[in-house]
Amino acid sequence: MRKALLSAAALGLMAIPAMAQTADTHALAPKDVAFSFEGPFGTYDRGALQRGFQVYKEVCAACHALSHIAFHNLDEKGGPEFTEPQAKAIAAGYKLPAGPNDKGETTDDKGQPLMRPAILADYFPAPFPNEEAARASNGGALPPDLSMIVKAREGGPQYVYSIVTGDGSPVPAGFHVTANKYYDPYYEGRNISMPPPLKVNSVTYSDGTKATVAQEAHDVVTFLSWASEPKMEERKRTGFGVLVFLVVLAGLLFKAYRKVWKDAH
Amino acid sequence: MSGQSTYNPKPGFETWLDQRLPLPRLMHDTMQTFPTPRNLNIWYTFGGILTFCLGVQILTGIVLAMHYVANAGLAFDSVERIMRDVNYGWLMRYVHSNGASMFFLAVYIHIFRGLYYGSYKAPRELIWILGVLIYLLMMATAFFGYVLPWGQMSFWGATVITNLFSAIPGIGQHIATWLWGDFAVGDATLNRFFSLHYLLPFIIAAVVGLHIWALHVPGNNNPLGIDVKSPQDTVPFHPYYTVKDGFYLCLFVIVFAGFVFFAPNFFGNPDNYQPANPLVTPPDIVPEWYLLPFYAMLRSIPNKLFGVIVMAGALVTLVFVPWLDTQRAVRSNRFRPLMKQFYYVFIAACLLLMYCGAQSVDAVRFGVPLVWAARLGTIYYYLYFWVLMPIIGLIETPKKLPASIAQSVLGDTAAAPAE
Amino acid sequence: MTATTSDTATRRDFIYVATGGMAAVGAAAAVWPFIDQMNPTAAVLALSSVEVPLAAIQPGQNVVVKWRGHPLFVRRRTPKEIAEAKAVDVSTLPDPLANNDGLPDNAPATDANRATKPEWLVLIGVCTHLGCTPTAFEGDYGGWLCHCHGSMYDTAGRIRKGPAPRNLEVPIYTFLSDTRIKVG
Repeated sequence: MRKALLSAAALGLMAIPAMAQTADTHALAPKDVAFSFEGPFGTYDRGALQRGFQVYKEVCAACHALSHIAFHNLDEKGGPEFTEPQAKAIAAGYKLPAGPNDKGETTDDKGQPLMRPAILADYFPAPFPNEEAARASNGGALPPDLSMIVKAREGGPQYVYSIVTGDGSPVPAGFHVTANKYYDPYYEGRNISMPPPLKVNSVTYSDGTKATVAQEAHDVVTFLSWASEPKMEERKRTGFGVLVFLVVLAGLLFKAYRKVWKDAH
Repeated sequence: MSGQSTYNPKPGFETWLDQRLPLPRLMHDTMQTFPTPRNLNIWYTFGGILTFCLGVQILTGIVLAMHYVANAGLAFDSVERIMRDVNYGWLMRYVHSNGASMFFLAVYIHIFRGLYYGSYKAPRELIWILGVLIYLLMMATAFFGYVLPWGQMSFWGATVITNLFSAIPGIGQHIATWLWGDFAVGDATLNRFFSLHYLLPFIIAAVVGLHIWALHVPGNNNPLGIDVKSPQDTVPFHPYYTVKDGFYLCLFVIVFAGFVFFAPNFFGNPDNYQPANPLVTPPDIVPEWYLLPFYAMLRSIPNKLFGVIVMAGALVTLVFVPWLDTQRAVRSNRFRPLMKQFYYVFIAACLLLMYCGAQSVDAVRFGVPLVWAARLGTIYYYLYFWVLMPIIGLIETPKKLPASIAQSVLGDTAAAPAE
Repeated sequence: MTATTSDTATRRDFIYVATGGMAAVGAAAAVWPFIDQMNPTAAVLALSSVEVPLAAIQPGQNVVVKWRGHPLFVRRRTPKEIAEAKAVDVSTLPDPLANNDGLPDNAPATDANRATKPEWLVLIGVCTHLGCTPTAFEGDYGGWLCHCHGSMYDTAGRIRKGPAPRNLEVPIYTFLSDTRIKVG
């Protein structure tokens, strides 16, 4: 008991100078926000997915690609579940490089690439043609592709939510923000290249929901979580059935086992 | 025990087949009537579970290989296509990745069971050595497999581990270049790793066949560690152990399904959902959990070559266990109260090594740099096999063994020693 | 796990039958994903239909579009070609059946059954002999000629001469508007 108290005291004493050093640049733990899709029975909120898609399209897509999502994913079960005509309309709003025309040309008279409207089978086009162009437009920083971002970061949806809402937080005294970067206490090093992405009414929601920063962040993180795991609902649904089946089977197997072994002990 | 076959084929097709290829006879003798000690407990069920795991990995792996593309520019995307577009592709992928973790969980329990009950002792030394070979093949297969999705961890884990070969004096760099097929891990490396990842499981299956064949010569060991003396000591494998193994397998699959359907990325590392970037090193390069103890040993030695020798030596040590343990009178730790204590410390040392392997190299806990904890764990690991096992066998006084398995199980149960 | 005769118990008890049955059901259910994963993926299915704009196609022009890995012929027929096709007596054709995916198997190969709007002929450009791609406006019947083995198709895509056994297949298609069709 005494040893434990001494260890605890030693730990506490050692933590104080450690905290003074690390409070400056180490990332804070992500905010504790809840999402509808968490837990074994969680599902994606359809409204949040559709609103989140709107936030992605109008705010994030200027810099961030979503290359693993195809337009036909927008009308599939388990996702935003737009209708097929709606998904086709969304696709048609994007222009993609067209294949060679009958003369074999891929550019018009002025040297501009020939374009065609996207169809359901196409994937979301990236905002920049390559990494170098992306960096050149963003002060040397590369905006990551968002189609996997929620799975590719420790802390998942909570981390992405914290980054997006914490960006542009008031800078504590004594902290030096690097030139061309912004203060985000949830980002390791606390200097992030992305300017604060969300403001009140960054988008005007088509369903009339009030577009606070928290709402926009919640919706876009829900959408990005779906983008990372479009099969989540199917997975949990199947899992429930499989586990129920297995538990019943285990019960039967246990009874069979007891019966076989009844006289053997 | 390998003895006379009691198979009596029915007249007609069964007799015709038995005269030409005695497969049904083999099935009958090994899986139906095989005399198995009647006192096998839950720790003995993992051999069967491991066979199930191997089958699941091969089946899901073959299916994944129908859609996976082993090209550095396409691999990551092909895995995402599997997850998003292939019917039940997400299920195949998650079963395969979590299946690898379950496979290693089962193999560690299986190995620790062998260590506790002295299953490696005469006449079962070769079963143990074949088992060590299977374990090494599993680690190689898992290593190659983890590279295939071509994420950040895939690439950098491959870089770290293949770079170890460059530690060999003189020819080391040539070996590394030969392994890579390039001047660094790249497309050439990925392709050959895919080929080997597909091949090794079938080699594992063959060695598993030898492992079970070697087992069936003396028959199973048991928790008491005493030999079978009469038919009263055994029961036929079917239905006694088919139903018991079936029940425990079902429990295992429940745990497996829990991970696959509700926490499929629990064992994984988020960095591997980022495509491989040879120009950006992740802050912490960590292998999958089942390789962490050896990773910790490697990193605990500041000298690169010596670290490789210590890590490899830990695996080679396992081959010699049947001869390092000098206790010939009893097999099972149930009757070795002193050895038992050191065994539990050994488990703790392995868990400590696993924990250290997961942290960053310069991590500090309770004011202690973890690298010292890893060194402690490594020292105990070597101590346990090379010092404790030989010495304790010579100086300990084992407890008295029961007269027979049957007497222990069917007779006065109060006389049966607790675990 | 299923009850079979053993040394000690020989009755087929309910518990053994129930357990064995349930395990069998589980095994069967587990097999389905392994089979289904070989079916076309969502990405392939997304490309399973194609929309073809018709406005730029001139009368007498044959356009080839890629669809489901095959060439698709979209031909805007001239009145002369339509008349030629309608004039043929179906009973004299080597293949008197329409081979139209949108019609019953026994529908006859009348021109109306080959082209719902006579001006537009939509065919799968795969020769029904051994799978080569026929060339438009060649052959003796004004339709297509397959250079591989000499099969000749008329202006309704029906086989007239040569080794091909069936008329060129008409896929399922709908007019989304006067200037746009969706095939598949």
